[in-house]
Amino acid sequence: MKTKKVNVPLMSDLFSRGETVEYLFWVGCAGAFDDRYKKVAAALARILTYLDVSYAVLGKEETCTGDPARRAGNEMVYQMQALQNIETFKAYDIKKVITICPHCYNIFKNEYPDLGADFEVISYVSFLSDMLKSGRLKLSSNALKDKVITYHDPCYLGRANKIYEEPRMLLGAMSQGLKEMKRNKSFALCCGAGGGQMFKEAEKGDKEIFIERTEEALETGANIIATACPFCMTMITDGLKYKNREEEIENLDICELIVRSLKI
Amino acid sequence: MQKQIIFALVLLATLGVFAYTALRLLRFFKLTRPAFPVRDTGRRLALTMKVAFGQSKIFRMPLIGFLHALVFWGFCVILIGSLEMLIDGLAGTERVLKFLGVVYDVIIASGDIFSLLVTISVIVFMARRLFFHVRRFEGYEMKRASHIDASIALTLILLLMISLLGLNSAYYALAIKEGQKMAGVFPVSSLFYGLYAPFGPATIHAWHEIFWWSHIVLIFIFANILPYSKHFHVFMSIPNVYLSRLWPAGKLVNMDNITREVRLMMNPETAFSAAPGNAEVDRFGIKDIEDVTWKNYLDSLSCTQCGRCTAVCPANITGKKLSPRKIIMDVRARMNDKGPEMIKQGKEFDDAKSLLRDYVSLEELWACTTCNACVEECPVNINHPELIIDMRRYLVMEEGQAPGEIKTVFNNIENNGAPWQYSSEDRMLWAENIEMAIDE
Repeated sequence: MKTKKVNVPLMSDLFSRGETVEYLFWVGCAGAFDDRYKKVAAALARILTYLDVSYAVLGKEETCTGDPARRAGNEMVYQMQALQNIETFKAYDIKKVITICPHCYNIFKNEYPDLGADFEVISYVSFLSDMLKSGRLKLSSNALKDKVITYHDPCYLGRANKIYEEPRMLLGAMSQGLKEMKRNKSFALCCGAGGGQMFKEAEKGDKEIFIERTEEALETGANIIATACPFCMTMITDGLKYKNREEEIENLDICELIVRSLKI
Repeated sequence: MQKQIIFALVLLATLGVFAYTALRLLRFFKLTRPAFPVRDTGRRLALTMKVAFGQSKIFRMPLIGFLHALVFWGFCVILIGSLEMLIDGLAGTERVLKFLGVVYDVIIASGDIFSLLVTISVIVFMARRLFFHVRRFEGYEMKRASHIDASIALTLILLLMISLLGLNSAYYALAIKEGQKMAGVFPVSSLFYGLYAPFGPATIHAWHEIFWWSHIVLIFIFANILPYSKHFHVFMSIPNVYLSRLWPAGKLVNMDNITREVRLMMNPETAFSAAPGNAEVDRFGIKDIEDVTWKNYLDSLSCTQCGRCTAVCPANITGKKLSPRKIIMDVRARMNDKGPEMIKQGKEFDDAKSLLRDYVSLEELWACTTCNACVEECPVNINHPELIIDMRRYLVMEEGQAPGEIKTVFNNIENNGAPWQYSSEDRMLWAENIEMAIDE
């Protein structure tokens, strides 16, 4: 099999050459630093290259959206981050942003406009489901035909922004159909990581939320648990380890499944 | 005439008590902060039609939700009959709306059917509370008072329905006995005719009067008890839905006072040109009841303590102390405790207590994942995370309080632009050596 190196273009390089791109691919801190999620960022880079999308990333100029600070009550740190990011976007005249992390998506879409942001933000699931609809992205179920997939709705795509159908459309196109968990879509149970919980020990209780959710995913009998959020991925992966099921059951991001389906 | 005078006096007393209650609540509202301007009438009306009149969120629990919807729709229809009774009582008329003809028949007939359906639903509700273990009715915040409150409300509704069925069946029986033309159609009440058959018109008339008066007096009592009970939602839910936050559940409200400070910090030159003057020094976030907005308080008045929020809360499900319902109940309780003293002694009144800590503990606040399951579930569009975040804001920005790991996150974001301690120099490492298969 022949391979090629995927070149991820930097906004600053293009700018110095006087070139412009259509999209900014916002990698997010998890995509840049979390070892597991780096692979998801790479998967999306492959897909964008495969689809010949005109995009670039900010690289070192990217900085936290401020979401974890804001939801933990630190409005000051959030707004400093937000205003800095808005400045960067303005400097590069960025009009469209693709995000992987639903928390980045939510804060860009719903909260940055209050601070003067003026750009369109698209979650990669919506971006890719649009590509699927328009026929530019063609998915086949061959690569995953023996797999049963269940999908865990991230709160910040689902309830926060009502994105329920797009991920299901993508997953449906590359599998023999989804096996839904008992609580799904607007009823979905949180993985336990939102609102700053990702970074701290949980309060005293009788169970970890991620275990409750992982058990529910396991009940479906699926051998792939698909997610679309870096925090959800950490939680579900931890849940699978806790249940000693990480060998047989995969926890993959929708991007990674698409890469598999496209065999790229 | 005598009846009219008595009725007018009873009505006056009812309205008097009601006005007192309304004034008290209005004063409480005056203690709260502004929330958002109420625009988009069209969108709000559509939302009210869907969520309040259509009971859309109630139906997320289809079976018990259906029974609630029957009670709600029943109330709406029966209310027309109650208004008629009000006019009749004051004007000395009988069934004054009968000039509506067929429309009247439809209203009365559906009211009659609904009174039976509501009776059945309320009996199911009572049985469920008494004999079944419903987890969401328990919880540590559900004190005896809440259960008594529920029982009183359900009993009153039951009595209201019995008196209405009694009133209608007596009216029907009397019309048959006297061979008079009756106004309205009574598919349910007519079934009770047998009970009246042995009696003469005078006795039936007396029963009609007894039922008429008990029904209207029960309405008056019910209306005046509601504002002090958890069943205030009978009045407040429709306005609360109309006054919903129209933005997506994921959005938090921007703190404009912080924006001013941050802009000054980022651009010190403007610090002098934009002198704050006598700008009010706001407290950041919510510490006590005077920091909540009118919307937070309205939410608390609309809460029926149904516990659907708590039943779906991931923290609560896994045994944590957080219960979104309790946060809302705490807001109402705190206003009841502190509000009257603030009205008497001024806004500076201090009882050495506060909503934060004395009512809502830090353990509850830090357990929230902001997943919005509570918001999605609430049948009357209450927003719980908004209060939680606002109390976190007070803790973090006024007291510098947060769990240690969260403080580390703040530091990391400030110092290296990521919640983890990685250098921004390493932000492109993920993009090195990505290989991709290509067709040959």
